[in-house]
Order: sequence, then structure tokens, then C-alpha cells
Amino acid sequence: MNQRKILIVDDELSVRKSLEEWFREDGFQVETAEDGEAALKKMLAGPYDIIIIDLKMPGMDGMTLQKRVREVDRDATIIILTAYASVETAVEALKQGAFDYLTKPVDPDDLSHVVQNALRQKELAEENLRLKEKVSELSLPTPIIGQSPKMQHVLDLLRTVAETDSTVVIRGESGTGKELIARAIHAQSRRRYFPIVAVNCGSIPETLLESELFGHEKGAFTGAQYRRKGKIELAHGGTLFLDEIGDISPKMQIDLLRVLETKRFTRLGGDQEVTSDFRLVCATNKDLEKLVEERAFREDLYYRINVFTIQLPPLRERAGDILPLARHFVQKYARAMAKPPMEFSPEAEAVMLAYRWPGNVRELENAVERAMVIGKGPTIQRSDLPLALDAESPDPKDLSLEALEKQHIERVLAQHNGNVTQSAQVLRIDRATLYHKIKRYGLRR
Amino acid sequence: MGPPVFVAFLNGYTPPWADQVIERLAATLPYPIRRVDLRFDLRPYYAPERRQHHATLLLATLLRHLPEPGGKIVGITCEDLFIPVLTFVFGQSQLDGPAAVVSTYRLHNESYGLPADEELLRARTVKEVVHELGHAFGLVHCRDQRCVMRASTYVEEVDLKDAGFCDTCRTMIAARTA
Ligand SMILES: [Zn+2]
Ligand SMILES: [Zn+2]
Repeated sequence: MNQRKILIVDDELSVRKSLEEWFREDGFQVETAEDGEAALKKMLAGPYDIIIIDLKMPGMDGMTLQKRVREVDRDATIIILTAYASVETAVEALKQGAFDYLTKPVDPDDLSHVVQNALRQKELAEENLRLKEKVSELSLPTPIIGQSPKMQHVLDLLRTVAETDSTVVIRGESGTGKELIARAIHAQSRRRYFPIVAVNCGSIPETLLESELFGHEKGAFTGAQYRRKGKIELAHGGTLFLDEIGDISPKMQIDLLRVLETKRFTRLGGDQEVTSDFRLVCATNKDLEKLVEERAFREDLYYRINVFTIQLPPLRERAGDILPLARHFVQKYARAMAKPPMEFSPEAEAVMLAYRWPGNVRELENAVERAMVIGKGPTIQRSDLPLALDAESPDPKDLSLEALEKQHIERVLAQHNGNVTQSAQVLRIDRATLYHKIKRYGLRR
Repeated sequence: MGPPVFVAFLNGYTPPWADQVIERLAATLPYPIRRVDLRFDLRPYYAPERRQHHATLLLATLLRHLPEPGGKIVGITCEDLFIPVLTFVFGQSQLDGPAAVVSTYRLHNESYGLPADEELLRARTVKEVVHELGHAFGLVHCRDQRCVMRASTYVEEVDLKDAGFCDTCRTMIAARTA
């Protein structure tokens, strides 16, 4: 195999030096450049397998450099380095075709994975094979997309709570992206130098969940051939994310409560006490208060975890985010399928806005992925989207004029994030009239 | 035999198994191994906001303390190390260069909330010291599952590999002494 070539572009000497050493030890031929101009000059000497670009540089910034690099080498594999605060710009870079991004400080394991994935994808592309894996398996978590007022409120809460060390419960319907929020909390917390460990309590049978969480000693039960660390142990120093916490059994509730109180536990079949210092973030789509009332969820555990709540809105209540999300997923799958990015026909956009999305963002993502697989040509049509619109909302032809007007205003407001001036312009009525109608129909902005 | 490799447990850090590390190194590397005592002020390399020490700067200081030109030096510290862009490193070295440093901080079971296991810590330390010295002797990461030069980014990966070189890596090391 030829020696792989990598170019590191960063204005900070210490970052260039560290990464240079890291990649040389990994067997790469490494070149570095301190700014965009120097990088472009180096590129003239020949192609690189991977180019790592720091987003924020004096002079030519990372985004501009990415564009210029593409002009020289259309197939360049670009990995963006960014501070967590600039993740939104990094997302923009992904849309422009960057392979992935890494937030500083980078976990060595993430760095090695992203680079290996990039090389793997390159090899596949070179063999002209179509990537069948989903990008979610190839890359880091999806960024949070949400310009709607409700999501902006969520993001504000998230920033506030991330810095504290308190337990957080994320609530919301399934498919609203609770894990994404949990990961964002971790990434912005002081524990970000340690791992986040996720467990889906609802998808694992109770007997397995116990050993999954607490680990086990060799011979603890039939089939336990090795000692295995539990997720609680692996989360030491970092964050433990328990998804579907409302689904755990009464026995597990007791065990978990004890760990939360003492931060100590023993592995299955073991007698040594293990300590773990972790922050707990959990999520549920269940009505915890009702479960407590029904005595299906322990009250003491409820109070222990219910310190800070983040409520995620269902997608239908943040309609302004539907099209940006849909376009984001198009970008994502275009990269995975090595297809050019597709666009939505106006009819396809309308149906996405009208649909109720009971499965929320996950359903939207699945619908887009499917449409991109079956869709022909550069445009995704209404017929490519398997949305049973008629069953979900009444057919316009059966609606009264008033109901239709109400529905239409609601939708336009949602598309403009509740902005009355913009919505009034689209509706071609004046603002006072729109205010009046909002009040009359009892609409919320 | 080539030029000597100096092993420095830094600032009086003397784990009970320090001598065993020296013995293992002598058995693994075709070079004379010498233990030296090195003390210097680590405070300039401390980043308080990260509660970690800067590995590259530490490496530069080690280089200035190399007792004999042509030799190699590896420092062993119990402090947590980082390089600017990464969250942490187990160790660092200069490829084909004279200096390397290894931190035992994240090799300790206690760093993961487990009871201390000195035997395991010794084994991990030996692997990381051999690994970083391998880089100092010009070796890059190896794909062999058991080879000590396999890249490991978390501690369980360190446990999976052996403390010695695979045939290819051993041959490359031997070729340098010839
Ligand atoms: Zn290495
Ligand atoms: Zn090897």
C-alpha cells in the first residue's frame, strides 16, 4: 500500500506540531500549512488523501479554503476542526461537502475513527462502489438543527444546564432527538474530556440490562466467560445517558437509586466495590408523573433524577424546522450514497409541511432517505414521500373556508418561526389583520 | 548493541514495580537499558483549566536532559498528559527522535473507578513505554492485533495487545542495530 498523505492546515503551531506527530506515528506522510495560501500552494504539488482544515484562521478562513481546495481537487476528503462554539459553521462546511468535523479538544478515539472512516470511504469511492451504510454509522452525531423559537429555547436551556453537573431528564415523544441533546450537554460540560456512555434501557431485556449497566465477573452466570465492565463503570469521569428510563423494572430502579446515592456498586458475581463518578442524563417519552402515581416508577428515584427537565417539542410544533431538517438529511444521505444533492419539488415541500410527523425527526429522516433511494432524477417528488397525509389531516376539500384559513395561517406562521411581519407579507394582508386573525383562531406564535 | 536507552521515572515517582519495567525493556529491546533519576519543575507545563500537563513541552525538557548524545530517553510520569488538540494522550514521542514520555495516569484502574491493580498497571506501563520507544526507533503503528506497536486510544486496547513486537516490527528494530 502506498503511504497515505495528509495535509494539516491550522494557524496554531502547537496544533500543527501535535497533529503532525500523531499522524506520522500512524504511518502518514504529513505536510502542514499555517494558512490557506500555503495550503493551496502545497496542493499544487499533488493530491492528498485527507486534508484537515481549522475553521477559524486569520486571513482566509476554513470555509473559503474548503471552497478553493475543491477547485483544485474536486474529490478532496476534507475534515474540519472546530471549537464547539462554531459547530454551526462546521455543519455548513458539511453541506459544502466536508467529510466530517471534529470539535476541539478532540478525543483520540474520535480522531482515529473519523480518519479511518474517511480513508475507507475514499477506498470505496475509488473502487466506484456505492456506499450502502448510513452516514450515522460513519460519522459523529448529527448537529442540532432548529431555528424555531421552541428549539432555540431548548438550546438556551441546554447551554445553561450543560455547565452545571446536575442530573437532567430529557422528555419528548420518540424520534425527537433526545440522544442528540444528551450528547450536546456532554460536549459542552466540563466532563467532555471523558466519555459519554449511552444505554437504551427499553431495548434490552431486564436480565441483560443488569449486567450491561453493572458489568459482571467471569463466571457470574452461564455464558459469562470473561470479566466485563458495565456501562456505569465505563462512564467514570464522563456522562451516563440512560434512554427510556421510564421502562426499567422495579428491581433495576432500586439498584440504580443506590448507585446514584452512593456512586458505588459491585459487578454481578463480584464482591469488590467499584466507584464511578458520572453525570446522569436520562430521557423518556413516558409520563413519569403518571407512572409514579401508578406506583410503576419509584417516587424517590423520580425525585433523584428530576432535577432539571428539558422538554423537546414534537416536530409538528416546530414546523419552521421541517424543511431545513429535510435539506440537511438530503445532504447527509447524498454523501453516504455518493449521489449529487437532490432538491424537493414544491408539492413535496408542501406535503412535508402539512404532515403531522407522529414519528418526529426520525420519521422525517427515514422518509428522506427512502425518497433518495427510490427517487429518480435530481428532484424528490411528492410521490417519493410515503406520507399518508389524508389520514392525518382532513382533506382541504372537506374543510370550511374558515378552517382552511386557520390551517393556512398556522402553517405560514410556523414556516416563519412566528414572525408576524414576514407572515403577513406572504399572506398579503396587513399585520393588524393578521394579529386579529391569530387572536380569533386562538393560534400560538 | 546500539546506544543506551535511559529510563527516567520522573520527580521521584517510584512505583514498586519500577525495576521490573527495566527488566522487561532489557528483554524486549536490543539496546542497553539504564535507569536514571530526573527531577525538574513540572509547573510550567501545567494547564490548570484542563488539570493536565503539556506532553510536547515535557518532551522538549526531557530532550535537554539526555545524558548521552545518540542515546534515547523515555520519561515516566504519573501526571495526566495532553497535546493541544487532543483531550489526552497516554504518551508521546518523536518519530525517529531521541525522546519519549509515558503517563501512567490513565493506565491506573483507579482512573476508571476500579480497585487498584498494580500488576495490570505494570503490564500496561511496560506496553506503553515499549510502544513510545518503538516510535523513537522509527516504527509507525502496526496492524498486527497483538503487536505492541498497534495504536491504542483507550485502555482496553492496551490490554488487548502484547508487550512485544510482531516479527515485522522486531526485524525493523534489529535492522537498525546492525
Ligand atoms: Zn503510537
Ligand atoms: Zn508490529
